[in-house]
Amino acid sequence: MSTMAVEDVAVVVRQGFWTRDRRVGVGAVLLGLLAAAFFGALATGADARFTLSEDAGGAALAINGTFGATLFGLVAAAAGAVLLTGRPARRWFVPLLGVAVVGIVLSFLCWQVSAAPDGQNFMPLVNILRGTFILALPLIFGALAGVLCERSGVVNVAIEGQLLMGAFFGALIGTLTASAWIGLVAAAFGGALISLLLAVFTIRYLVDQVVMGIVLNLLALGLTGFLYERLMQTDAAKYNQPPRFEAWPIPVLSDIPVLGPALFRGNIFLYLALILVLVIHVALFRTRWGLRTRAVGEHPTAADTLGVKVLALRYRNVLLGGMVAGIGGASYTLALYTFSKNMIGGKGFIALAALIFGRWSPTGALLAALFFGFADQLGTYLSAINSSIPSEFLAMLPYLATLLAVAGLVGKVRAPAADGKPYIKG
Amino acid sequence: MTDDNLPGPPSPSPSPSPSPDKDPAGEPARTETISSVGGNAPGESTDTDPSTGADQPAAGAGGAKAQPGGTAPGGGEAAPADRDGGGPLLLRLFVRNLWSANTVTVTVLAIVLASLIGAVLIIVSDPDVLATYGYITAKPTDALNSSWAVVSDAYANLFKGAVVDPAAVSGWINGTNGWQPVFAPISETLTYTTPLVFTGLAVSLAFRGGLFNIGAQGQATLGVILAALAGFLLPLPPVLHLIVAVLAGAIGGAVWGFVPGILKARTGAHEVITTIMLNYVAISFLAWIIVQGGVHDPARTDSISRPVDSSAQLPRLLGSDLRVHLGILLAVLVTWGVAWLLNRSTFGFELRAVGANPDAARTAGISVGRTYALVMVISGALSGLGGANMVLGTTATALTPLVVAQIGFDGILVALLGRVKPWGVALAALLFGALQAGGNRMQSYASISLELVTVLQALIVIFIAAPALVKAIFGLRAARAARLGTSMAKGW
Repeated sequence: MSTMAVEDVAVVVRQGFWTRDRRVGVGAVLLGLLAAAFFGALATGADARFTLSEDAGGAALAINGTFGATLFGLVAAAAGAVLLTGRPARRWFVPLLGVAVVGIVLSFLCWQVSAAPDGQNFMPLVNILRGTFILALPLIFGALAGVLCERSGVVNVAIEGQLLMGAFFGALIGTLTASAWIGLVAAAFGGALISLLLAVFTIRYLVDQVVMGIVLNLLALGLTGFLYERLMQTDAAKYNQPPRFEAWPIPVLSDIPVLGPALFRGNIFLYLALILVLVIHVALFRTRWGLRTRAVGEHPTAADTLGVKVLALRYRNVLLGGMVAGIGGASYTLALYTFSKNMIGGKGFIALAALIFGRWSPTGALLAALFFGFADQLGTYLSAINSSIPSEFLAMLPYLATLLAVAGLVGKVRAPAADGKPYIKG
Repeated sequence: MTDDNLPGPPSPSPSPSPSPDKDPAGEPARTETISSVGGNAPGESTDTDPSTGADQPAAGAGGAKAQPGGTAPGGGEAAPADRDGGGPLLLRLFVRNLWSANTVTVTVLAIVLASLIGAVLIIVSDPDVLATYGYITAKPTDALNSSWAVVSDAYANLFKGAVVDPAAVSGWINGTNGWQPVFAPISETLTYTTPLVFTGLAVSLAFRGGLFNIGAQGQATLGVILAALAGFLLPLPPVLHLIVAVLAGAIGGAVWGFVPGILKARTGAHEVITTIMLNYVAISFLAWIIVQGGVHDPARTDSISRPVDSSAQLPRLLGSDLRVHLGILLAVLVTWGVAWLLNRSTFGFELRAVGANPDAARTAGISVGRTYALVMVISGALSGLGGANMVLGTTATALTPLVVAQIGFDGILVALLGRVKPWGVALAALLFGALQAGGNRMQSYASISLELVTVLQALIVIFIAAPALVKAIFGLRAARAARLGTSMAKGW
C-alpha cells in the first residue's frame, strides 16, 4: 500500500540522453571489448571444437581459439554500439541484448575450450544441453509454482519448502507403494500441503507472506530432515528406495541431431515441465481463469467489484502452485536420487530468482531457468577441464544476474501490483 | 510484559520453574516495557501491565521477596481493585488477563502447541510405538504407555540439556562430580544463544525500519570470513587482536548489508530479493575463499581453513570445561545498545518513522533513502558480529562451508518471536539457544533427531505469527497486545 508509492518515488528516473538502451549499450560495448581483448589474449591458438555429440567424436563446429574469442567479443560490442546509437526501435532491444550476451558467452567459451589441456579442447554440446535441462528442471517447476501464486497476488518464498516436501513425499509414498505414479501424486500432495499452510496463514490469518514463506521453508526442512533421520536412515530399503520413471524416447523427434538426445529422450518430468510452461502460458493470457488471476494480482478490489471471488481464486492458485512445485521436487526422487536431507539445497531460491528474472511470466521463467541451469552445467564442465575459473564464481552467476535485473540495470522488473498484499474485503 | 515463563519452556507443560538465569533475564524485560512506550502498539503497555504486576505473586511460588514487588505496581495500576476490597478481585483480574490473547499467553500457548505437535511427530516416527497402536482397541494402555515413554524421554532430555540435569545436581551435593556439570547445560544454552541475539537484533532493527532483511545469513557469512581472516592473518597482541577481529566481522557484515540498502535507496530494488541473492553469493564466496592459499589449512585435505589464533578468540567465562564465552556479555551489551538506538536516539526515531510510514517521514524531512541504507549497514554489522561469534567463540575456530550454521535464518525466527523488540529478541534467542542445546542432548541420549528442534522453532513462530489462530484454538479473550511488530515488508 503505502510502501509501493515510496518505491516509485525512490526510483531515480533518468530521462534525456541516457535512456535504458544507451546505458545497456555502453555496458555491452565495454564488456564486449574487454572480452575481445582479454579472452582473445588468454585463448590459445588451438581449435575450440564444439562437438554435436556426447564425446569428442562426430561432427563438430571448430574455430581457432584466439580468433573466436576476439570475434565474438567484437560482435557483442557491435550489438552494444547499435543500442548506443539510440536509433533501434523498442522491439529490437531484447534481440540486441541477446546477441551481446551470447557473444560474450561464446567469446568466453572459445577461450576456455581452447585453453583446456591437450585432447580436451572440445565441448560436447549434447551433454551440455541435456545437463542444462536436467539441472533446470526443478527450477522450471519451482518458477511456475511462483508464477501461479504471485500472479494472483501471493508472494511464494516457500518454493524451496514445496520442492523439498514434494521430493520427500514422492520418495516415501513411492517406496511404500512401489509405484512411481502414486509417488508422483503424493509429491503433488506434499507440495500442496506446504501451499495450504501458506494460503491459510496468509489469506485467512493475514500473516505477512514473505515471513510465512521463510518460516515454512524451515518447517519443511525440519520435518523432512526429522522424518528422514527417524525413518529413512534406519530402514532405507523400506522407506527410501523410490521407483524411477525411465526415459521415454519420443519416436521420431529423438532422432533429430543435438536436440533429439537432449530434449526428446528425457523422462516424464522433462516433458511435463515443457507442457506446463505452454499450458500455463496459454491459460494465463488466453483464458478467463488467466484474466481473473491477473486481475486479482494487479487490482483485487476492482476484480472483486466485477464479481471475481478474490480469496477463493488465491487459495486455488496457491494450491495449484504447490502441486506444481511438489512434482518438481519429485523430479529428483522419482528419477535421479534417493531422498536425502536438504536435498533441494537452495534450488527453490534460484527458482524464485528465475521467476523474477523471467518477469513473472511462464516463458520468461523457462528461459531464466534454462540460463541458470546452463550456468550450473557450465560450472561442472569447466571443473572437468581444469579451468582456471573457480566453479564457485560460476555458481554466483544466477544470483548476480538477478541482482542486476532487479536493480533496474537491465530494464525494469515489475511485480504484479498486488503481489504480497493481503486482500481484506470491505 | 515478557515474563519469566519464557526461559524454561522446553518441557511440555511450561511451569515457571525457578532457573538460575531467570532473574537477569526478567529484569531487563521490565525496563523494556517502560522504554517501548514510544513504540508501536499503544494498547500494549496498559493492557499487559496489570498482568505483569499480578503475575509476580503467582509465579513466585509464594516467595516472600516476590510479594511486595508484585503488589506495589499491581495496586498502582488497578486502583479500582483496592476500592472493592483488593485480594480476590486482583486475582480475578489476573486470571482474566492471563486468559486473554496477550503477548505472554500467546507465546506460552504457541510453545505448548508446538510441543504437542512435536510429540505427535515423535510418536508417528517411531515404528515400535506405532505398532502398539495397531491393537489400541484391545489394549489401549500399551499405546499410551509407550507413547508417553518415548515423548517424555525426549522432552526430559531436552530440558536436561538446556536448563539443568538433576542427576548432576545430586552428584554435586554428594560430591561425585564438581560444579561444572551442573552449569554445563546453561553454558551450552548461552553459547548457542549468543549468535542468535546478534542476528535476531539485526533482523528486528531492519523490520522496525520497514525492511525485511532476509540477508542476515549472508551478512553473517561475510562476518565469519573477515573475522577469521583477521583472526589468523594479522599478527597482533592478545586484546587488540580480538577487538580487531570482532570489528572485522562487523565490517564484513556491514558491507554486505550496505549493498541491498543502497540498491533499495537508489533503485527501489526490493530488499527481500536482493538479500536472498546475496546470501547465495556469500555462500559461494565462502566456499571459494576457504581453499585459497594462505587461508586453507595446509595440514588438511578437506575444505577447512587455518584455525584462528588463540589471541583472537573470545575468552571463556567459566573455566576451560564450559563453553560459554565473552560473546554473551557482548550480546547483552549490544542488546542494550540497540534498545537505546531504537528508543532513545534521533536516528532510532527516524528509523521508526520511516518504518511506520515512509511517505509521512519524507514529508517530515527525513531522508528515507539515507535511512534505508544506514539501517541496512547497522543491521549487516550486527549480523556480522553474530558471524564473528561463530568463529571466534567456542563453536568453531576455523572456516568450514557450514561454519555459519543457520544463524541468519534462525535470526528471522528469533526476531519474530521477540516481537521485533531488543529485549524480547534477547529472550527469544535464549529460548532458541536452549532448544538447540537441549536438542543436542536429546539427539545423543534419546536418539531423537536434532531436526525436531527446527520443527519446534518453526511451529512456535507460525503460531506466534497468527495469534488469531491461537486465540481461536484456546478460546482466549481478545486483547490488543499480541500482534506482530509494526511494519512488515509489503510485497515485492
